[in-house]
Amino acid sequence: MANLRDIRRRIKSVKNTAQITRAMQLVAAAKMKKAQDQALAGREYALQLTQVLFDIRNNFSEESHALLERREGNRELVLVVSTDKGLCGPINTNLARKLKLMTSPDAHFVTVGRKLRTMGEKLGIKIIADFTVRDPVPFSQTRPIAKFITQQFLDNNYDKVSIAFTSFVNTLRQEPEVVTLLPIEGQKKGEPRAFETVGKGFSVEEHSKDPVRDYTFEPNPSEVLAAILPLYVNYEVFQAISEARASEHSARMVAMKAATDNAKKFIKELTLEYNKLRQGAITAELLEITTAMKAME
Amino acid sequence: MPLHLDIVTPEKKIFSDTVDNVYLPGADGEMGILPQHAGLVTALKPGELRYLHNGKVEKMAIGSGFAEVTQTKVIVLTDMALGEAEIDEVTAEEAIKRAQEKLQGVEHSMDAEEVAYLQGVISKSAAALHFKRTFRR
Repeated sequence: MANLRDIRRRIKSVKNTAQITRAMQLVAAAKMKKAQDQALAGREYALQLTQVLFDIRNNFSEESHALLERREGNRELVLVVSTDKGLCGPINTNLARKLKLMTSPDAHFVTVGRKLRTMGEKLGIKIIADFTVRDPVPFSQTRPIAKFITQQFLDNNYDKVSIAFTSFVNTLRQEPEVVTLLPIEGQKKGEPRAFETVGKGFSVEEHSKDPVRDYTFEPNPSEVLAAILPLYVNYEVFQAISEARASEHSARMVAMKAATDNAKKFIKELTLEYNKLRQGAITAELLEITTAMKAME
Repeated sequence: MPLHLDIVTPEKKIFSDTVDNVYLPGADGEMGILPQHAGLVTALKPGELRYLHNGKVEKMAIGSGFAEVTQTKVIVLTDMALGEAEIDEVTAEEAIKRAQEKLQGVEHSMDAEEVAYLQGVISKSAAALHFKRTFRR
């Protein structure tokens, strides 16, 4: 049986751990609120942008813009958005598992976030670029990422660009997602868009009974496309990273809350055991004293 | 026949309701949209957007972006949409000044995207300022 001093020491160390996890929980909660607001606010814009593309999809063929072009090969580039720090529950592992399922084994990667980068390096996958993004996510820092992957696609280095991130459902649930970014495909009717659908019931829909077939374009179709497509890519990337951030902070908040609760439970158990032992020791001591007194008589 | 107007910026949904008409600052000049308008997608330049809502004309300064028009719906996607009260002249002027200074430093041939972005900031803020000043008169 453990002695009193050992238990006291353990209680102290568990208390310290609880204090740290609690502080981390509070920090994560504050960041979580901001990140969630940002992710939710951006959804509407991303959705409407997708809706516009969906509506005008019949007015264009694949040849009208380089970003729409479907290619035969299957050289794949994946933008992986993971977290910079750990202690955020299972979201990185879940994303890694999903990645393994959804992407071809010889795909190349662009990473945002340190965790999956180091994991990938250990596994020996090919990482062609790495970006860091501040917190909260500024649009100006996601633009270079979008620019980089667009360039890779346009230079014909890859036939397909996907983006892997953890989409935010609610504070307790985050889903790993892998979605195709390039070539931009006209969204199919009712097809859920990863982060727009989950938990929110959003999907791109055919509005009105008789959809408009022929759109007029001002100033002209190619100029409109040339401006709207890069904008779409920029916002998809921005939105995916915002979602990933919201997920990260939510997951961390929950993980740290669980850790704090566990520590508290543990302290309770230890204290109980400590008190039992202490009581036992006192009883034993009293017994000794009384026996000694009896013997003296 | 109703016309549904949505004004969305990356930060939030600014407006979403049924209106009687909409005037947009299109790339080729201002255009008026009434219900049953033909399908149209247009680039927008920074300027003034007006719509008739419950018998009242509402005005707003918007940044560059796009609008999609169908017979029953107008979607405006823009990077800025501000009412008169939300525009602060001093901030707008400072934004213009900062962007202009930055523009001096950027190599025009090197970073076309950055230049375009800064020019966007300038024209956007200028539109907001112009809007605020005309409103007062």
